[in-house]
Amino acid sequence: MVTARKIDYFPYLLLVPATIVTLVIVAWPLVETVRLSFTNSTMSPIEEYIGFANYEKMFSRRFPEVIARTFIWMALSVSFKILVGIIGAVLLNAAVPGRTLFRILVMPPWIVPIAIGVFIWGWMYNGQFGMISGLMQRAELIDGPLEFLAFRNTAFMATIVTDVWIGTPLVTIYLLAAMQGISQDLHEAAWVDGASRLYRFRRITLPLIMPAVATMSLLSAIWTFNSFDIIWILTEGGPRNATTTMIIDTYKTAISRFKYGEGSARAVMIVLFLSVFAGFYFLMISRFARREVIE
Amino acid sequence: MIHKYRWWEYVLIYGGLILFLIFILAPFIEAFVVSLRPLDSVFSIPYRFITEEMSFQAYIDMWINVPLLWLYILNSFFIASAVTVLALLAIIPAAYAFSRFEFKGRDGMLAAFLAVNMVSGAVLIIPLFKVMQQLGLLNTYFAMIAPGTAFVIPTGIWLLRSYLQKIPKELEEAAWADGAGRIYTLVRVIIPIATPGIMVVAIATFIAAYAQQFLYALTFNSVNELNPLPVGLFQFFGRQTVVWNELMAASLVGILPVLIVYVFLQRHIVAGLTAGAVKE
Repeated sequence: MVTARKIDYFPYLLLVPATIVTLVIVAWPLVETVRLSFTNSTMSPIEEYIGFANYEKMFSRRFPEVIARTFIWMALSVSFKILVGIIGAVLLNAAVPGRTLFRILVMPPWIVPIAIGVFIWGWMYNGQFGMISGLMQRAELIDGPLEFLAFRNTAFMATIVTDVWIGTPLVTIYLLAAMQGISQDLHEAAWVDGASRLYRFRRITLPLIMPAVATMSLLSAIWTFNSFDIIWILTEGGPRNATTTMIIDTYKTAISRFKYGEGSARAVMIVLFLSVFAGFYFLMISRFARREVIE
Repeated sequence: MIHKYRWWEYVLIYGGLILFLIFILAPFIEAFVVSLRPLDSVFSIPYRFITEEMSFQAYIDMWINVPLLWLYILNSFFIASAVTVLALLAIIPAAYAFSRFEFKGRDGMLAAFLAVNMVSGAVLIIPLFKVMQQLGLLNTYFAMIAPGTAFVIPTGIWLLRSYLQKIPKELEEAAWADGAGRIYTLVRVIIPIATPGIMVVAIATFIAAYAQQFLYALTFNSVNELNPLPVGLFQFFGRQTVVWNELMAASLVGILPVLIVYVFLQRHIVAGLTAGAVKE
């Protein structure tokens, strides 16, 4: 344009509603959480700044254990989601009759209300009457009823299985989309040269979906780290804290026991870890974007 | 042919698919079967998948034993609809800005919005809880609607932005040439053309808003009459004598609307859901 360059405010105006909502509901609470973490805030209106006391108290009370548990929970859950997701995507990518129907049937765990899906799992984990304990007894894998949510190890695994169930559909469909994006010419060229299906998977499919696998792993790690509903509904962090991840710990401290200050210190720790993940994520997608430009 | 499978490959593929789908669908099937059984057969040992006397009785009784069920379902729909409408009011102009204008800080702002996807409401709940307590907003619909809105906006912007980018610029230029204002152009030219895209975003947003109703209602609301379905039902699960067949029936009824929408629009919804995770 020939006219003098003035700053055009119109696009900023368009962003006002989204920005206001995000500032009020996300940005301000984030800052406020940091501030609260240095106070002794509780239900009462009086609060004082107490320096790092909340953090010192937190680390003197088996908090490292909670961090370790959170990471183990996340690592197991994400690994299963990716593994099952890759297998699922390969199967759904096969050119067999009925695949459209199968693809439709994969999605429901992801789209139904999380809480309701988890209620059903809660019933399935019931030792006396539940499906899993019942079938395992039938198969004589266990002698008597096994109350999955009553023991530390089984409760830990049970919450992971449910989390995998909810997260797998998205991983599967996303990786399937990545596989379908691979040029058919590559497969055909290899096929003409006599490459077996397994060989083509290892040398063509797998390397080419690696960026998608990496992206999805990191995103699912972030979401799993944030996962609250599943554990809260199934075990509320029990038995004896076996499923108390950082987010459950934060909620119990702040909301159940009204210790806002101590809870905020825990929330700040979560935000710190999340920022590291988010940093990796943005670094990774900018790297992939650059590589695509070069190619 | 390249896609020709040998018989054992078919066996492997279908066998794998069936196992995979059993894992995915078992809870729904189990919930359905339990909802059909009379209560004494639900509580029978040893476990049996199919029992005699199956009926839809639980679907009738649940309205009596879960007295506020219809209200929970209504609340769920109301909250999800309100979130969707409010979110769209923010999403449409923002997506338009990101798709059409060059401005300082554009990429940074887009990344900042997408970064919202990486925190969950549970992390931010303490200040929100405190401020709602102080402002007397606990136990209102507002407390359940406002936080949910912020978390569906980023994906909505992302989705609609890529849709708007496909609309040719000439249309707006023609409108401007005719002397139309820019807001007029957005409302009268862009929005009508983008309606199919906006509908997809609206449906994806509604499903997300319907699925996320637990934390805010659990934390910000203790008035039973205002509860959405998940929290309404959650209270029953804590009790000693759980009427499992009716609760499963109620759960399935709560799931049904999204499943129906999904089956009809699955192609769009899948595209919408995966777009949130898409790389730039």
